[in-house]
Amino acid sequence: MSITILYFASLREALGVEREQLDLPKGIGSVTALRAWLVARGSQWQPLSAPRVRAAVNQTLATEAAAVSDGDEIAFFPPVTGG
Amino acid sequence: MSTLEDISVRHEDFDVGAEIAALSGDGTAGAVASFVGAVRGGGSEKDAIFAMTLEHYPGMTERALADIVALARQRWALGGVRVIHRIGRLLPGERIVFVGVACRHRGEAFAACEFIMDYLKTQAPFWKKEETAQGARWVDARDSDDAALERWQEKQ
Repeated sequence: MSITILYFASLREALGVEREQLDLPKGIGSVTALRAWLVARGSQWQPLSAPRVRAAVNQTLATEAAAVSDGDEIAFFPPVTGG
Repeated sequence: MSTLEDISVRHEDFDVGAEIAALSGDGTAGAVASFVGAVRGGGSEKDAIFAMTLEHYPGMTERALADIVALARQRWALGGVRVIHRIGRLLPGERIVFVGVACRHRGEAFAACEFIMDYLKTQAPFWKKEETAQGARWVDARDSDDAALERWQEKQ
């Protein structure tokens, strides 16, 4: 399963990564599972495990339970501060 | 009543008078309410902001703003709605955001304008980074913004 992952703002800076294109193993079907898999890759991914980090699936705000499918664009970012 | 819908995410400034005039355009809206947000200047030397950089999530931003305007339209019979949000590096006093709403009466115009701003502050993917004497820092989200949003959700 191939997905695109984007990181924004303070999270992007903390990780030092803006974008990843990944082939995921089978069985990662939700935002929660994806996040856990990404964090498990090593200590530099810890900032992604912070409870305040929000997710979007295909450019729409998503809950932790939201489904993740082949071809999706998933984004992780801190709470928004525009306006 | 005109139902002009215009959402713009851009670097360039906007002309507040021209935007309001466009919303009043066809003369059928009895009320136009608007909000302008700017980079806060002043403050103590320690807290003073030299500049602010607005980052966003291209694609999702426009979609989120369109969804917010659609939600407002479900609650009130709105005419024209205009949302402009600037991105990039801005100096104190520079305008960041414009929300303008045209409708028949002032109560709905004020309410819809505030509704759109409260949703924008908590749902649209923008992030502010401030430059201060202590260096650059990302602005933290405020609980008061979440509380402002919940107010509308309770009233639903």
